[in-house]
Amino acid sequence: MSYEIPDDRHYLETHEWALVEDGSATIGISDFAQDELGDIVFVELPGEGDAVAQGEDFGVIESIKAISDIYAPLSGTVTAVNDGLESAPELVNDDPYGDGWLIQVDLENPDEVDDLLDADGYRAQIE
Amino acid sequence: MSLRKTPLFERHEAQGARFTEFGGWSMPVEYESITAEHQTVREAAGKFDVSHMGQVRVRGADAEQLLQRLTTNDITALEPGDSHYSMITNEAGVILDDTIVYCLAEEDYLFIPNAGHDEQMTDRWITHRDRWDLKATVDNVTEAFAMVAVQGPEAISLVNREASESVKGLSRFEMREMAVAGVDCRVARTGYTGEDGVEILLPTEHAPALWDDLDCEPIGLGARDTLRTEMGYLLSGQDFHPEDEPRNPYEAGVGFTVQLDTDFVGRDALERVDAEGVEERFIGVMLIDRGIPRHGYEVLEPGGESIGHLTSGTMSPTLGEPIGLGYIDVDHTEPDTLVHVEIRDEPKKAKIRAPPFLPGK
Repeated sequence: MSYEIPDDRHYLETHEWALVEDGSATIGISDFAQDELGDIVFVELPGEGDAVAQGEDFGVIESIKAISDIYAPLSGTVTAVNDGLESAPELVNDDPYGDGWLIQVDLENPDEVDDLLDADGYRAQIE
Repeated sequence: MSLRKTPLFERHEAQGARFTEFGGWSMPVEYESITAEHQTVREAAGKFDVSHMGQVRVRGADAEQLLQRLTTNDITALEPGDSHYSMITNEAGVILDDTIVYCLAEEDYLFIPNAGHDEQMTDRWITHRDRWDLKATVDNVTEAFAMVAVQGPEAISLVNREASESVKGLSRFEMREMAVAGVDCRVARTGYTGEDGVEILLPTEHAPALWDDLDCEPIGLGARDTLRTEMGYLLSGQDFHPEDEPRNPYEAGVGFTVQLDTDFVGRDALERVDAEGVEERFIGVMLIDRGIPRHGYEVLEPGGESIGHLTSGTMSPTLGEPIGLGYIDVDHTEPDTLVHVEIRDEPKKAKIRAPPFLPGK
């Protein structure tokens, strides 16, 4: 089985991705992670204005068979939350890099990106 | 210890299943999607490999008496071709396992302990046979026979097309010998999904041929669990367990399987429970707030005091609502009672529901 791993993002070993643009980042979970979880039925996320810290959990994703904490690839303040997941958590399965994004963060320290894996590094980890 | 494999293991691998350990067996948990498999069974039909369920054959002049004294239901009510649901209890009336007992012929019975309980229950039967000096042979035939369940509104007509006799003519809990897809089988109108259907018992070596001839999607243990949870059916080892969740049949909502006018291990204890009543009983909850109920979560009354806990829970694929099952103080088990389920230290509002959760089931 081969998983989609877009080259334009950075990855955490725990299968979250960050797409960095102009001092802010969109955060989600990888194709591999959504496939491992199976049918996602519940997503719990922080609110706008909440702080998240690199490597620390900021929410929970539950599938029918598993509960998984989600970890922040980068530190910062939450500026947007994907409210659509409340009624349609399956978007994370269907489109993990697009409509299934989780939060947007105003970055505290953009240099933290250096601590993350690039697409090749993440591919090597899961294969 | 290596995991046991059913005769259909290679079929599941070829069909792209993900596997999980269950009761010492390596079993398919899902093929594509638990939700999609669940819907297939509710709306059409699916096939389940349930060969991990135990099969213990009890034969001989005292076979009936041995089963009568080790299970709660009245075995003398069974004629050849009948079966019933029953409990296996200890002296304290605590459920060790739940089972279906089939009467195959005079002095010839088969009972189905849960996955991984086949050796323990075979030992229990042999020990008691010897203690009571009864004449019966007890054989663990779990690995000699496979079991395939076909469940769903289209299941009966689907199996009927492959069968040498009318499957439609079987009444609920009736078992008959017939050929299915050219293989000699025992076909029983039983199941664990809340849908109509059959369970087919057959020699291990013929299981792959039968599996291939059944024209419907394979369903994994994940959907088997969501299907039974929607119906409020007990899962052995999770909704009751002799050490971790010791429960008697009255607490577990299966008092209908207890025949106190028969003599069995645990009878006297259960007679007392029946007279005195229970403090907690097995009931359903449906969440009003967002969240997924899970095994082990506390249930609180709205004031914050603990009134029980959940033993099972999931997002109901049929209803799209979060549902749970567990043991709650009888004073709070009236349907629609408001309770809280504690999820990650947060109380979530829920209401009591008497299972099955699906209307009309």
